[in-house]
Amino acid sequence: MAKGVKPRVRVPKKAAKGDIIEIKSLISHKMESGRRKGKDGKLIPRSIINKMEVTFNGKPVFTADWHPAISANPYMSFFAKVEESGEFAFKWTDDDGSVYEKTAKITVA
Amino acid sequence: MKMNWKQVTFVAAACAVCASVFVSSANAADWGQYEVDDRRSGFTYMTDESRAMQVDSFQNPGMIWVEQGAELWTEVNGKAGKSCASCHEDATAAMKGVAARYPVYDEGAKTLQSVETQINHCLENNMQAEPYKWESTEMLSMTSFINNQSLGMPVDVKIDGPAAEWYEKGKAFYYERRGQLDMACKHCHEDNAGGIIRANTLTQGQVNGFPTYRLKWQKVGSIHRRFRGCNKQVRSAPFGYGSDEYLALELYVKWRGRGLPVETPAVRN
Repeated sequence: MAKGVKPRVRVPKKAAKGDIIEIKSLISHKMESGRRKGKDGKLIPRSIINKMEVTFNGKPVFTADWHPAISANPYMSFFAKVEESGEFAFKWTDDDGSVYEKTAKITVA
Repeated sequence: MKMNWKQVTFVAAACAVCASVFVSSANAADWGQYEVDDRRSGFTYMTDESRAMQVDSFQNPGMIWVEQGAELWTEVNGKAGKSCASCHEDATAAMKGVAARYPVYDEGAKTLQSVETQINHCLENNMQAEPYKWESTEMLSMTSFINNQSLGMPVDVKIDGPAAEWYEKGKAFYYERRGQLDMACKHCHEDNAGGIIRANTLTQGQVNGFPTYRLKWQKVGSIHRRFRGCNKQVRSAPFGYGSDEYLALELYVKWRGRGLPVETPAVRN
């Protein structure tokens, strides 16, 4: 697991049925591209988060493949239509295989 | 080329249109608190996207360091068995206004103290802990957290009394040519603010948002890191982190931005 990785998400606590809501996420990660050289002149090995997946009540709503050009501390936001109360589950997959997870509940009235 | 009167009139009219467009676009921008008299925060030179990133505290990546600083604040460190909170208690009250009035002259230590040197002074003397390295994650987190407590407060540094000497030293540095390119700070930041230097927009070089998250750096950095970068760009040997030269310059440049709001952590290109 890369050092200092902490996922953060922001999902509205409440929404009306059929509302389009904005979901924001930020994860602290150095996102080392594998193209930079260190002080010794050698390439610094690549270490990035290569996949982000979001599900709502178990069903996928958003998936993104990330590549080395994604900046450090990636911020991702997207919109989703909510029809029922439930839980958004966020999952980031690191190059080294570790998985960072976070969940957020929303009540739809 | 010979011009007849018709052409001359047309050219004059075209110029008048250009001038009015220029003037109206200059007047159109109302930067609110980010502009005081002729002083403009770097915020006003950024793209809309970068500005949006800064003002949304969730989207602002500098807040990662602020959060880490909040954790360090209550963490016991050193032989005295104290944390910052042991003496200062609640940072939201105790550290409010610090970023607006620092650097300050410290009568006891007989020197100008920036937030960084003050933190290390506390660590060494009151907590009996190891001082932080200037550009370490710990230092950047702590300064981001402390300065963030003054968010929006107008910069108001003291330049009278014993600080006057430092102010004069900083001012002299600002106007002194240096490096192989023989340039002073003022050549970019006073004479050409708003212009383009290669691919970058020059700003007035205000320091009200430090530690600043620079997209180029992919992390937050201190004022002195920025000074070192500028010095290197004019092919001049940079001074050390926390050197007297940079402390004096920090005071002077901070004074140049008097009245501008503290923006820590600002987001800049």
